[in-house]
Parts: sequence; C-alpha cells; structure tokens
Amino acid sequence: MTPTHAMNVRPESMTGSQAGFGFRHCLMVVAVLLVWFAIVSPVQAEVTPQRAQALLQALDTDDFDAKAEAAQAIAASDAAQKTRWLEALLDGRLGRERRGERFYIITDDSGREWPIIDAITFEDAGTGSRRSVDAFRINNALRTQLQGLIASLSLDEGDEATRLDAAKRLIGEVDAQSVDAVAAQLDDEESSAVRAEIETALALYRVEQGDASALSTLRGNLDTRVRNSLSTIAASDAPIAAEAGETLAGIESKRAWYERGQTLFFGLSAGSVLVLAAIGLAITFGVMGVINMAHGELIMLGAYTTWMIQQLLPGQPGLALLLAIPGGFLVAAAFGILIERSVIRFLKGRPLETLLATFGISLILQQLVRTVFSPLNRRVASPDWLQGAWQINEALSLTLNRLGVLLFCLVVFAALWALMRYTRLGLEVRAVTQNRTMARSMGVRAARVDMLTFGLGAGVAGLAGVALSQITNVGPNLGQSYIVDSFLVVVFGGVGNLWGTLVAGMSLGVINQVLQPWVGAVLAKVIVLIGVILFIQKRPQGLFAPKGRTS
Amino acid sequence: MNKITSTAALLLSMGIALPAAAQEDTIKVGILHSLSGTMAISESTLKDEMLMLIEEQNEKGGLLGKKIEPVVMDPASDWSLYAEQARDMLTGDDKVDVIFGNWTSASRKAVLPVVEEENGLLFYPVQYEGEESSENIFYTGAAPNQQAIPAVDYLMSQGVERWALLGTDYVYPRTTNKILEAYLKDHGVADDDIMVNYTPFGFSNWQSIVSEVKDFGSQGKKTAVVSTINGDANVPFYTELSNQGISASDIPVVAFSVGEQELSGIDTGPLVGHMAAWNYFMSVDSDANYDFIDNWVEYTGDDMAVTNDPMEAHYIGFNMWLEAVREAGTTDVDAVKDSIIGVTVPNLSGGSSAMMPNHHITKPVMIGEIQDDGQFSVVWETSGNVAGDAWSDYLPESQNLISDWRAPLRCGKLNVDTMTCEDGAGAE
Repeated sequence: MTPTHAMNVRPESMTGSQAGFGFRHCLMVVAVLLVWFAIVSPVQAEVTPQRAQALLQALDTDDFDAKAEAAQAIAASDAAQKTRWLEALLDGRLGRERRGERFYIITDDSGREWPIIDAITFEDAGTGSRRSVDAFRINNALRTQLQGLIASLSLDEGDEATRLDAAKRLIGEVDAQSVDAVAAQLDDEESSAVRAEIETALALYRVEQGDASALSTLRGNLDTRVRNSLSTIAASDAPIAAEAGETLAGIESKRAWYERGQTLFFGLSAGSVLVLAAIGLAITFGVMGVINMAHGELIMLGAYTTWMIQQLLPGQPGLALLLAIPGGFLVAAAFGILIERSVIRFLKGRPLETLLATFGISLILQQLVRTVFSPLNRRVASPDWLQGAWQINEALSLTLNRLGVLLFCLVVFAALWALMRYTRLGLEVRAVTQNRTMARSMGVRAARVDMLTFGLGAGVAGLAGVALSQITNVGPNLGQSYIVDSFLVVVFGGVGNLWGTLVAGMSLGVINQVLQPWVGAVLAKVIVLIGVILFIQKRPQGLFAPKGRTS
Repeated sequence: MNKITSTAALLLSMGIALPAAAQEDTIKVGILHSLSGTMAISESTLKDEMLMLIEEQNEKGGLLGKKIEPVVMDPASDWSLYAEQARDMLTGDDKVDVIFGNWTSASRKAVLPVVEEENGLLFYPVQYEGEESSENIFYTGAAPNQQAIPAVDYLMSQGVERWALLGTDYVYPRTTNKILEAYLKDHGVADDDIMVNYTPFGFSNWQSIVSEVKDFGSQGKKTAVVSTINGDANVPFYTELSNQGISASDIPVVAFSVGEQELSGIDTGPLVGHMAAWNYFMSVDSDANYDFIDNWVEYTGDDMAVTNDPMEAHYIGFNMWLEAVREAGTTDVDAVKDSIIGVTVPNLSGGSSAMMPNHHITKPVMIGEIQDDGQFSVVWETSGNVAGDAWSDYLPESQNLISDWRAPLRCGKLNVDTMTCEDGAGAE
C-alpha cells in the first residue's frame, strides 16, 4: 500500500461518528444479529478442495483492503475449516508455500523450525521455516475485523461475556435501521449487565434524536462515548442542549471524583515503591548510621533472585514469585552480612570512608552481575493475578501489579515494625542504637547485633527487589535508580524512625503524582527535591524526630 | 560522584584496550560501544556484531591483503569517556583507521569535535534527530525523514487525528518532536490535538502519564502515541499500557527506539499491533537477511538471538567502508572520505543502499506491528529507498540548508538561498 493510495481511503473511514477503522459497521451488524445466530446456527458443509484453495488464495495479497474482503468471504462461506483459518490468520500462523501452491497452518511458531499442517486437510505436513512458508500478514484494522468475525462464528457458545462485549460495542453505533433490532434484543436479554449496556446504547440514540426523556438513563454514566456525544449535543443549538449540558455536568463531576481517587492510588503506589526501597535503608542508615551506597545493588540482587527462581520453575511464575520472597530476603541478607563482616565493621565511626567503600562495593556488584548474567535486562514474568487491572468502573481502575506492591509494602512494614517492637532482636537493636556502651555493659553483644541488623536491612532491600521485578526492568542498573530516592525518603522521614519512612515515602509519592500532570515528570521530581531540601533546612531532624535528650 | 565513576570505568576499560599491539601489519578498526553502564543493554550487541563482521571478512582474506584487527574500548555509558577514548583510538599506539561506534546522540556530540580535530572516520549506526553534518561522521542510521515522518504519514492514512508525542528528555526526542509538531501543524492538526510529554531516562512510574494518554485518547477522535522513549523506560511503559488495557486498536503506539532487542525483555502478548518504524526488521523476507541471521545465531551460539536495525546499519556501514577502501586502494582517511560517496552495497532487506554526498545513506522505511513472538510484521513499506536528509525541511531554521561533502563544495551547512557555507572546509 503506497501512501497516496492509503490517503484515498481516509475520508471514507472517517464517516462514522466514532473515528476509527472502516469495519465498525460490520461489527455492529454482527452484534445486533448475535441473538438470531445463537438460535439458528448455520449448517456447515464441506466445500470442495478447489473452493477452499480459492478462498485461501484470495488472502494472498499485499493490499489489506483486499485481504479484509477475502476474510469476509471466508466467514460467509460454508467451509467447515473457516473458524480455524480465521484464528490462524489472526495469530499470523496461516501461510502459503513460498514456491508452491499449498497453504499451511503453523502449529507452533516458537523457534526457527516450525511444525506445520496442511491448511485444507489439516494433515501433518512436517516442518517449515521462514524461508519456506510465507505467513500472511495482518494489520490493526484487519485484526479488529477478524476478532469480530471469529466472535460471530463462535456465537453458538455465546456466553454472557461475549454478549456483554458485543453490547458494549453498540454504544454510539445504533442508527435508524438497527434501532428496532436492538430494542428486540433488549427484550430477549436476561443478563442485567448486558441489559444495562443495551439500554445505554438505545438511550444515547434517542438523545441524539432529540428525546430529552432518555437523558435520565444516561445520568451518571461514565462511558466516554456517552460523554463525548453529550458534549457535542450540549455545544450544539439543539433544543435539548441545556438539559444535555446538565447531565454532562453531573457526569463530569462524578468523573472528577473518581479521577482524584485514581491520582491518590497512583500516588500511594508510587510511594509504596519508595517506602519498600527505603525501609531497608531506614534500618541500616537510620538505626545503625551506616551510609550504605550498595543498598541499591542489594535491591537488584533480590530482583535477580526472583528471575533465577523463575528460571528454575518454568511455567509457574506465581509459585516462583512466592518462593522468591524468602529467597530474595535470604540472598540479599547473606550479601549484606558478608559486606558488614568484611568491610563495614572495620570502618565503624568513619562515615566518609564507609561511603566510599560501599560505593566501590556497589560498582563491583553491578559489574559482577553484568559478567555473570549479561548486561541485558532479564525478563521476569508476572503471574496472571498480577496482570491487568481491577476495573471498578469506567473511570476508575486499579492496576493489579501496583496494588500488589502496595499491599506487599504494607505487610513488610507491619512485619518489620512488629519485629522491632516485640522481639528480642528488636529490643537489642534499639538498645544498641540508643546507647552502645550501656547496652554492651548490660550483656548485649553489640557486634552480633550490628551484623544481624545489617543483614535484616539488606534482606528487606532484597524484598524490595522482588517487588520491583514486577514493575520495572531487572538489569544491572536497577539499584542505581533507587539509591538517591531512598536516602531522600529516610532523611525526610527522620533518621531512625520506621513510621517516618512510611509517611515520608507515601507523601512524596502522592505529591509527585499530583504535580506530574501539571508540570511533567522531570520538573515534578525537581520540585519535590527542592521542597525536601527546604524542609530539612527548617527541620533538620525530619518529619519524625527520635525522642530523647540527645536529639 | 560522576568523576569517581568515570575514573573507575577508565581504569577498567584500559584493561580491555591493551592487548592490541601484537601484530604489525594489520588494518585496525575501532569499536567504541559501551559494554557497561546504562547503554550496555543496547550497545554490547553491536560490539559483538562488529567482531563477527570483522572475523567473516578476515576469513574471506581480509582487506587489501591485510588482516583486520578490532580495537575494542568500553566508554561505560559516560559521554565524556567516549570523547577521551575516541582520541585514544585516533592518536594512541594502535591508531585505528576507522571507528564504528556510539549510540546516544549525547555521546555522538561528544565525539564529533574529536574526530574532526584528529581527522578520523566514525560510522554512527543509530537513528537520530538530524540537524547535524560532519565531514568525519557517516550516519548509517535513519534521519527523521527516514523514520519519523513516514511513520506519521502512515498513521494519518489510518485515520489518526490526535497525537500524543511521548519522549525521554534529551536531544533526540526533543528535536524529533519539534520536527513532528511542525509537520503535523502543516497538515492541519490543531494545537489541542497534540500532547507532548517528556520523562527522565530510566523512568518507571508511568501510571499517571498512561492514564493521561488514555484520557486524551477518549475524546472521540482516533488517537495515536508517537514514542521516542529510549532505553530502559520502555519496558515499564509497555507493561503499564497493557495493564491499563490500552490495546493497539484503541490507541496504537508507534515507537522509534523499540526494536527486537528491546522486546526480548517483555511479554509481547498484550502489545500485539503496536508499531515501530525502522529501516529493517528481523522478519524482512530476503535471503541476505536469512543468511545474516543464520550467521549471527551461529556466532552468538544463542538460538534465540535477535537482530535489529542498528545492526543492519553497521552491516551496511562496514561493507561501505570496505568497498571505499578497496576503491581508494588505501585506508587513508581523506582518500576514503572521497571514494565512499556514491558507494552502493546490498542491505539486508533485499535492496541496496548508497552513501549520499551528505554522509547519510538511502534505505527503505518500514512500519512493523508487534507480534506475540516478539517479532514485527511489516504492514507498510515505502516503494523505494528514501535518502537521509541531514537538515530537516520542516523546521524553519533548517529548511533552506543542505549538506554536500563533495569537492569543491565540501560544505556541511550550505544555505541554498544565499549560497553561503556556514560550516565545513568550503566555508573558508
């Protein structure tokens, strides 16, 4: 398709009220006829191999419009294989022999040699590769059309979800010809969810025709197509413009509330990432006073542990992720203890040297990962229950991976807090922090406490890595991007205070997300940084100052 | 802190650069790609590819009867280190005859004065923002008119009326988006229908921006995202797109920096139909490409190894340089600079590419849609080659500029209205 040719198609595709590809109309008809098809399923017969060959032959063109017609012809034909053909075409697995007449379906297109079957007889045809089989290509418009065609062909099992999907597509697409059929469909429909969508579609049509009474059905509807149609009507000089404007205002204010809710969620989830990354540091830096520049690399090790466990358990990303929680903790804690025993304990009370030494360790760890694994990012799969979004309504949806991280962050925080508050280790840590000499004279083994505390902080960093593997890249540079933010959160929250870290992280996340739409991501970060610096000038001890005479 | 990084990285890289001085009579080819730091993810593959191409050429008998010897350095993703190491390569003990390297525009801008001062040759393999022409640099990647403009043309033909231009905050996305904005406005797109947003390198908090785009795209007009997001930030961006349920049939994304290599880190199932514009895809149907892939898989020993557009650019660039050296009969920089203009070599998509007088090359432009196997399927292609344009015709400040490095003009920035040369040997 040359650009000029494509340009010619353009005006035609813009005639629909919804801008989009030219196949909307066909989808609508499919949706309207859904019920009838379900009752009278067409009788399918074998077609002759010649006819089948001709149907597939028509797909062999570089012109996507011609291909669309060919797909339409296949769907309308009597060929028993048609569903499988269309599905294979949709997956890019239907193709023809490069120097020959046969058509093949590729049954597995991973790797470089593919098992193939004959597309007409479905008989095994050995293997093919990209050199021998030329798979038919589809584009976005054709893909949308094929999905509609396949849905219409599998209507026999048209369950509620399929019908709901079809009904949703009706909104904004009802016209004078189809309105009666849609109304009839409404009468036959039993599912209330599907009914609601059809009612919205019908009401929108009536409102567009100037029927003010239908507006009540649309009140508070969050569908964007409803909003767009209403704003067109409200801006026009139609007799119902004022009433439409009123309904629209109601919809807009409802949406605004949900949007605020959404921003809050975004902020909390961004904050939870900060808290997770920083809370390990809150222990090592905040409680022990060690400036650990390798903290980010401990996070990275946790993420790599997740990846390794997933490699060991292929096909079970969920189980692997759960196992990675103790795994990531232990690996990072082990490295943390190693660092503490081999370097940090010899530099006690010399913060500048600790800073430089741990910075060196961070470079060593990064390059170690680059050498052992590779400089390329590793792909950590997400289990199904962390993919997609929890769609509360049209205006508010919470992405599941972010929600998961938020909950995980709260659990980790609660566990850590309980550990510091109720266990012997927690008591000893607090004792050593408050007065090292006194604690030692009371029989607390301060060196052992140092080691365990550092291991704990490192292990929590590992946990952060496990969580981060679900929302960002797992690569050698993972840690670098979090180290500065982590220090920022700990300093802002008040050194040595877990609650401070939680509140600081969450509020920085929310402030950042609120600012972002106005000033952009780069400036939002700058503003937050300046804000924190000014705050620290005013209140050097941070949000939550440690209690006691020394502070 | 940055100083410490560069010093440490310099020490590391010296270790890699040393083992060259062994053989006497060889032709030395410098490879200046980061093997550590942020850019290692993209650049380390190009180093391997260059080593493969050199090895293949040596098996075929080398060049001018001599063996080719690679000189590899690691600039560690530090722009100033690129400049230092380029100077090392051009003046040091193993003086190289040509450099293949760089990825980001920032690093190229750092190396540019060095190769001009030391009169070296640099082949730069990555798509870039244009608005530059150097006598010593050959741009084998795409200029904006070889990637961005055709991609926007294609989307317009698909009925797109609203445009979200998302990019990483540095020179390439900013210049490209400036050109695109001017181009869209020339084609009657209103200000309200263009959204521009920049994010920092390695950005991962995409939720509110993606939700903003979703909102921007739900105003009743067909919307597309033109993405100049670079590097690591792409994976969280695409994950967020699929999690928020934005499919290619709602709001297609066309990317200029996402290739097969970047996709190998993502589950592409939910991304099917999103697009990229390049001059080469691993899936292009040509025997030259299949042979190249077979060699690459064999060389890396990884059955899942992928090829991408910058790799093709190095393939073309290396072959052009070989051809130019043969023609000139010497590796002398000035001779090669003259002989390479007009050199035509086969590219991987079945045609051939030629070196133009403005040091850019001709190549076809393709739009590919992402498939669930991490590959692209080509849905649109220019009917012939497009010649790279150093100075964009769509920006007011550069529309009357051209570049022509042939004698006697020898000018990188020639104002065709006044016929004055603003930069280059012809300026004096």
